[in-house]
Amino acid sequence: MSLAPPERAPDTATGAAAPAGRGPVKHTGRTRPDRRRLLTRDSVPYLLIMPAVLGFAVFKAYPIVASLWISLTTGNGDDRHFTGLDNYQRLLNDPLFWTALKNTALILVVQVPLMLGLALLLALGLNSTKVWLRPLWRLGVFVPSLTGLVAAGVMFSVILNRDAGLLNWVLSLFGIDRVNWLGSPFWARVGVVLVITWHYTGYNAVMYLAGLQGIPNELYEAAMVDGAGPIRRFVSITLPQLRPILLLTVVLSTIGTLQLFDEPYVLTGGGPDNATLTVTMYLYNNGFKYFDFGYASALAYALALIVSVLGIVQVRLMGERR
Amino acid sequence: MKRRGPLLTLLLAGAFGLCVGPFYWLAIAATQDDKDVFSWPPKLLPGGHLMDNLHGLQESIGLTRVLLNTVLVAGVQTIGAVVVSVLAGYAFAKFEFRGRNLFFVLLLSTLVLPDTVMLIPIFEMMMKLGLIDSYQSVILPGLVTPFGIFLMRQALRSMPDELLDAARVDGAGELRVLWRIVIPVNRPVIAALALFVFLGGWNQFVWPLIALRSPEMYTLPVATATLQGLATTNYAQVLLAAAIAAIPVMALFLVLQRQFISGLLAGATKE
Repeated sequence: MSLAPPERAPDTATGAAAPAGRGPVKHTGRTRPDRRRLLTRDSVPYLLIMPAVLGFAVFKAYPIVASLWISLTTGNGDDRHFTGLDNYQRLLNDPLFWTALKNTALILVVQVPLMLGLALLLALGLNSTKVWLRPLWRLGVFVPSLTGLVAAGVMFSVILNRDAGLLNWVLSLFGIDRVNWLGSPFWARVGVVLVITWHYTGYNAVMYLAGLQGIPNELYEAAMVDGAGPIRRFVSITLPQLRPILLLTVVLSTIGTLQLFDEPYVLTGGGPDNATLTVTMYLYNNGFKYFDFGYASALAYALALIVSVLGIVQVRLMGERR
Repeated sequence: MKRRGPLLTLLLAGAFGLCVGPFYWLAIAATQDDKDVFSWPPKLLPGGHLMDNLHGLQESIGLTRVLLNTVLVAGVQTIGAVVVSVLAGYAFAKFEFRGRNLFFVLLLSTLVLPDTVMLIPIFEMMMKLGLIDSYQSVILPGLVTPFGIFLMRQALRSMPDELLDAARVDGAGELRVLWRIVIPVNRPVIAALALFVFLGGWNQFVWPLIALRSPEMYTLPVATATLQGLATTNYAQVLLAAAIAAIPVMALFLVLQRQFISGLLAGATKE
């Protein structure tokens, strides 16, 4: 009954004498005098995780299973009956589902690389010791990610206004004609991408910055001695060292973008002409506008499947060499 | 090489402007008359209509009640989620028990599943319990946060066992060890977690949108979104609501930013 998880034992036991040194002080719950207490060491961990287990069972495990079951039925409440894979069949033949999936995929493919690329550049800049007022810039770029999606969405629905929006005004200063953000299918997608990029780039940059600061300086010094230029150092040291954080941000951004709901809901309502309808939005419409829970659950599971497959592919591709 | 400093600084200042500029404009717009929000060129100096807009919001969405709802929901959720996360994180980090690894993996795997998968069964559950349109319906599902448990486990793992054992040898019970040693030592991470959960609770939208029915139960994001959906939207008021949603959180962050960023990154960079 060691209290330490097994994988911790080696790093506390440094030096040859350590295992023997730990021996005499080691004691088990059973031999200790506090047996009369309710909280013995044997029961403590179970009591500690009880709230988490209860909450997990009710609000995670049950809904995940129930959702799968509901996706195999039609009708609501007591009027629900099993229809097998009908909902999934309908989904495959539903042009709106494919539109929503296409929109989501398009936003994903454009937005995630754009955002993470910008975040990496920002992080490199913020990491440079030659820059003045670094803490201020770091603070500023993080601020958008604190804003709620609704507040950001509302704010940008006016900033992107065609006739009097701030963005078109700034563009007009450079002699660029007014853009019909949110009003035309193409620009509405661009608008949504812009808003999400604005919202999360700084957050990712701060994550990368932490990663950059964890890279030992000796690696760069050694590379400089070997005559490696800045690009070579970036490719051979920075990128490989950042790999775990890069992977994390890629996976998290993918999950987030595939679940995109709030921004298009507030900015465009899915329009114009369904150009910004996302899978989660379509799910919401089916579930909570038309109360078709079966079909909405099938959509949820389809989405979960896509997210998991993409996640596994990304981990395989990026996590392979370590 | 020497010239890179000023140039980089200028570029970063530009990025800063892009990030923070919209908030400046938001604060300005919230003090304008509705017509002036859409004036060309846009107004870049404060107007005198802040109080009018506040009164307008009080009438249209019941601002004080909506704010109180939001504070209550986010506050209770924060306390609950932090308690659950600290307890479970401590168990996962410092105890060995049957099913530990299995449960931990199960918990983490739900991070990958979209929350939307859970919406409908939770909605039906709340309907059956008669909890739709109540505070409980919004608060309860947010109490178990896999991220919070993960973060606490990461943080508590790096506590030396000797510290805990010393207290036990002195006769402290497990609750006492937790309360007197584990929590004080890890106060920064716990504060960061609290801030993070509070932010999530303050800003959450989809679930409250579904779970709440009557306007006097709405939280600020839900009220803001419904306000914007109206045919005769007063945009100065909507923007003021957005500003009220955004600005307190930013102020809180500015006060606690050091703890917040390092606490959040604890989960990302360790291991």
